[in-house]
Amino acid sequence: MSTTTASAGAGPAPAAKKAPKPPNPARIRRRRRLAQWGFIAPAVIFMALFFGYPLVRNIVMSFQDYSPSTFFTGESPFNGTDNWSKVFNDELFGKALWHTILFTIGSLIGQFGIGLALAVFFNRRFPLNGVLRSLILLPWLVPMVVSGVVWRRILDQDTGVLNSFLGTIGLGGDTPWLTSTSMALTSVILVNIWIGIPFNMVILYGGLQEVPKELYEAASLDGASAWRTFRSITLPMLRPVITVVLVLGFMSTVKILDLILALTDGGPADSTQTLGTLTYQNSFVQLDFGAGAVVGNILILISAVFAVFYLRANRNEGK
Amino acid sequence: MSNRFTPRVAVPLTVVSALIGGAVLTGCGQQRDPDVYTVLNSSTDESYHRWDAQTLARCSERLGVTIEQQSVPASQVMTKALRMASSKSLPDVLQLDASEMPTFAEAGGLIPLKDLGLSTKDIPGGIVDFGSYEGTYYGAARTVNTLALFYNKDTLDKAGLEVPTTWDEMRETAKKLTHGRQYGIALSAGGAEDGVFQFTPFMWSNGGDETKLDSPEVVGALDYWKSLLADGSLSKSTVNWTQADVNDQFMAGNAAMMINGPWQVETLNSRKGLNWGIAEIPVPEAGDDSVGPLGGGVLTVPNTGDEKREKKAAEIIGCMSGEQEQITYALNSWMVPANEKAAAVWRTKVPELDALADQVATARSRTAKLGARWSSVSLALQSAFQSALTGESSEAALNRAQKRATSGN
Repeated sequence: MSTTTASAGAGPAPAAKKAPKPPNPARIRRRRRLAQWGFIAPAVIFMALFFGYPLVRNIVMSFQDYSPSTFFTGESPFNGTDNWSKVFNDELFGKALWHTILFTIGSLIGQFGIGLALAVFFNRRFPLNGVLRSLILLPWLVPMVVSGVVWRRILDQDTGVLNSFLGTIGLGGDTPWLTSTSMALTSVILVNIWIGIPFNMVILYGGLQEVPKELYEAASLDGASAWRTFRSITLPMLRPVITVVLVLGFMSTVKILDLILALTDGGPADSTQTLGTLTYQNSFVQLDFGAGAVVGNILILISAVFAVFYLRANRNEGK
Repeated sequence: MSNRFTPRVAVPLTVVSALIGGAVLTGCGQQRDPDVYTVLNSSTDESYHRWDAQTLARCSERLGVTIEQQSVPASQVMTKALRMASSKSLPDVLQLDASEMPTFAEAGGLIPLKDLGLSTKDIPGGIVDFGSYEGTYYGAARTVNTLALFYNKDTLDKAGLEVPTTWDEMRETAKKLTHGRQYGIALSAGGAEDGVFQFTPFMWSNGGDETKLDSPEVVGALDYWKSLLADGSLSKSTVNWTQADVNDQFMAGNAAMMINGPWQVETLNSRKGLNWGIAEIPVPEAGDDSVGPLGGGVLTVPNTGDEKREKKAAEIIGCMSGEQEQITYALNSWMVPANEKAAAVWRTKVPELDALADQVATARSRTAKLGARWSSVSLALQSAFQSALTGESSEAALNRAQKRATSGN
């Protein structure tokens, strides 16, 4: 693009008229600012409309008596902290919070650990590397609900493939994966780890590709062991990527809903209820939208805290 | 850097984004087409959608209007309808699950059908109650369904066993039929409405009641479930099964009997060589009434504020729930016609489903006593029977459930 095309094209007359005028620096600066805002405006309006509004609405809703009749009358009287105290007094909330913590930490450790190991493994050259790597991507391509339904069949205590396989190789084969209150949460975490591995692997593998090969050459000249190389070169060089992976992983894990609904519906006996399923149950089963909003807000708050960590980490990288 | 980005670019950009935003906000309010009426239902299955489309085509012709069908998954009908209410775009006819109707009626969202000129003549009292909330009739049922005992005829014949009619007989029969990969009986005790629906016939036939979950009768019913599990006649996976899963197990030969509803019949019949029969759900003692839950959808007229359209909507419901349409729909879907005359005709056409019609005659609506409070009691109950089936005592679990149900959580 050049100025000639602008004036040669459908360039309107005013532009041609203005051309001879001496440039006015203040005016140019003002124009440029306006132009900048013009480009930012769509994003700002979009954010305000689709993120800001629902967020504020949700906070307000948690202080309102928001019931099915609200949809007809439009009336949702404020009821102070009623919804909040109701949620906090519900014994299910404490359980769900605890399950959410276990679920998030367990999933993150598993996904990240295995994802990193696979990324390091695939970072070497060997035959079929590409094919295997794409195969490992498969869990990521399957929609969450589909994985949930398929895994529910696999983990069925009597007719599931997993138990019959374990039985064949002589390892019991009667594990109550999803039907025991003490086992169900672990099983759900294991399935979520399976789902999360590809994402972790792909991002970390990408990060590994960025690490300059010379560093490894230098390390091997210095006679560093594999573990030492990993600790002193790979990990520090990967740090920014690790932050991204962990924070994004955290945010998608903490609000888990679809997988649990498909696998256990929160059961048996509420042993897999998390904050996500509790919000769903409050809002869409009991139609108590106020209480649902409270749990939703708590989830947003938890995510926001981690988003701040993420931003800080990123700012430090920039320096 | 150049100063090519002038206000001539910036202003239109801002205007465009403002316009898009505005369009999104105003897009919610819709204008209704005077000659087109809409029916919102949950007929997302191809066959159900087709049957409803055929019914609506006949009614369109008879009433001289165009009727369109919108279908969303059953679990989303309620929330979809509520959203439509707040944007003033409710359909003319709304088919709600009978257990959800009270919530919608309580919110002031439904017009009493009698006000719109629909009569309840020939409809049995139980089914009028089924479509009523606090004594007002809001929902017309075309057909109703309930649960029954399905059994594999060949398996029972081979073992030389009779179809059980009492709890003891069912327990014995199930025990005898349990061997290898085959369980005696399958039912759904899943952590959702499916499981609660399946528990009600045991709770009610035993004299228990949803208003007092910690009563000895309800404890007895749950203990009965536990005894089936302890015998090994019932798979431990039952707490993870929906009613569709139960049907799969039965069809795969992993269960000799099952508790299920007529909506599975189409699938059951698709399996060649499966010789199944149907009976009333066994009762605690011989001579007791087998009380099952009434299920199914009811057709309602949502409160749109347009009286003329509401009257027409009632005519559409009248046509859809007319005697002939009921028989057609019942024969398609294997459910029982709501209307007494229609049910009599239907019985002569499908005598093999007699047991189902008998079960419907004594069946009860889940929400008749609790109305809109049903959902919180249902949640407490499902948590309780899951606790009990995974180890806790029935009494402790139900005590907790009763407290939870009455605390308003």
